[in-house]
Amino acid sequence: MNISRRQILILLPAAAVAWKSVLAGTPEASPNYNMSDHWWGMLIDIPKCIGCGNCVRACQTENDVPDGHFRTWVERYHRSDWPMTESGEVTANPLIDPEVISPDGGKEGFPAATDENGKYFFVPKMCNHCADSPCTQVCPVGATFISPDGVVLVDPTYCLGCAYCVQACPYGCRYIHPEKQIADKCTLCYHRITKGLTTACCEACPTGARQLVDLKDPKDPIHEFLKTHSVQVLKPQMATGAKLFYNDLDGSVR
Amino acid sequence: MSVFKDAKHLFVFAGLFVLAFLVFLVVRHYVVPKSFGEYGHYRGAAIGEIASHPIKFAGHQTCETCHSDVLDVKSKGKHANVNCEACHGALAKHADDPSAVTPVLPDTTVLCARCHTASAAKPKGFPQVAPADHSGGLACSTCHKPHSPAMDAGGAK
Repeated sequence: MNISRRQILILLPAAAVAWKSVLAGTPEASPNYNMSDHWWGMLIDIPKCIGCGNCVRACQTENDVPDGHFRTWVERYHRSDWPMTESGEVTANPLIDPEVISPDGGKEGFPAATDENGKYFFVPKMCNHCADSPCTQVCPVGATFISPDGVVLVDPTYCLGCAYCVQACPYGCRYIHPEKQIADKCTLCYHRITKGLTTACCEACPTGARQLVDLKDPKDPIHEFLKTHSVQVLKPQMATGAKLFYNDLDGSVR
Repeated sequence: MSVFKDAKHLFVFAGLFVLAFLVFLVVRHYVVPKSFGEYGHYRGAAIGEIASHPIKFAGHQTCETCHSDVLDVKSKGKHANVNCEACHGALAKHADDPSAVTPVLPDTTVLCARCHTASAAKPKGFPQVAPADHSGGLACSTCHKPHSPAMDAGGAK
């Protein structure tokens, strides 16, 4: 095989680049991840959710969530029609008092929906990764915090397990880990999103009802979606700066 | 200096105070982690520790690097946007060492029913059946190919 000097000069850098990419392989840490370039949140498209529980199972697998505790769970709402007596008197307000079930967090599906009146729908829930979170404000030891890229995390070596944050969360998204005896919660799969992957729940969602969004990324479809859809957050009156956006959320959801 | 004539106890107290403050600074230096306060009132290194947890779901991009044949079939069918691990489960270990960990083929009678069992609570446009009436206990894969489930899609795998 005859290779000229010119060919060698072209081939060598090409081989070096190729070898570099071989060495890189699967990125273990995240050297190219810059915290200040991201502001994470999630979009939940209620009309797409089929209540299969894939997200709950995936989260449990990915994050070793103990049985009976949930970092994400799915609720099924049933908002009945306005119940009236024969004289036309309204007896209850389904907007204030809807029927909500979540058997084992919706992990193994839901019982049959039998009532023909009203409407049924699924509401997946998880940490809202609030920008002004009550849970981080009450921590007496600085064990929970919002990271510079907008993810509310718990430092397991600092947490005392006082459960103050569990009480402070308006969305009920925290629990005390039964073995570690420290506060545990959704990390928005921080170990995944910093490597360029999506969260386990989004990866496992078969209908695309969940989407990880980066509010600092101008190319993220969330910006167009927020402009063109009726998107809400839970408990906006609490001014938590929640970043879990719900599309087409029913007024009865709390 | 008659002003300080009887002030010795004050100097002793001030000295003790300064000493205690120095002890506090020394103890604080050793007790508080270096990265505490790096980004805010918390240990900055905790972010990196949480980010270094191992992943369990490899992600569909990883699957597709080897299983591009399945991707070709899937991308033409109704399940184009259903990620591999939504049905096959978390398989990062398989992706790391394909020969050591072999994925188990899911049982379609259980798997398909999770999503496609009819319920009034599901969105109206979503394809749903009552499995007992629909197939009489036969596995879904008898007629449908899970990667491209439409009946007329042909011999897709």
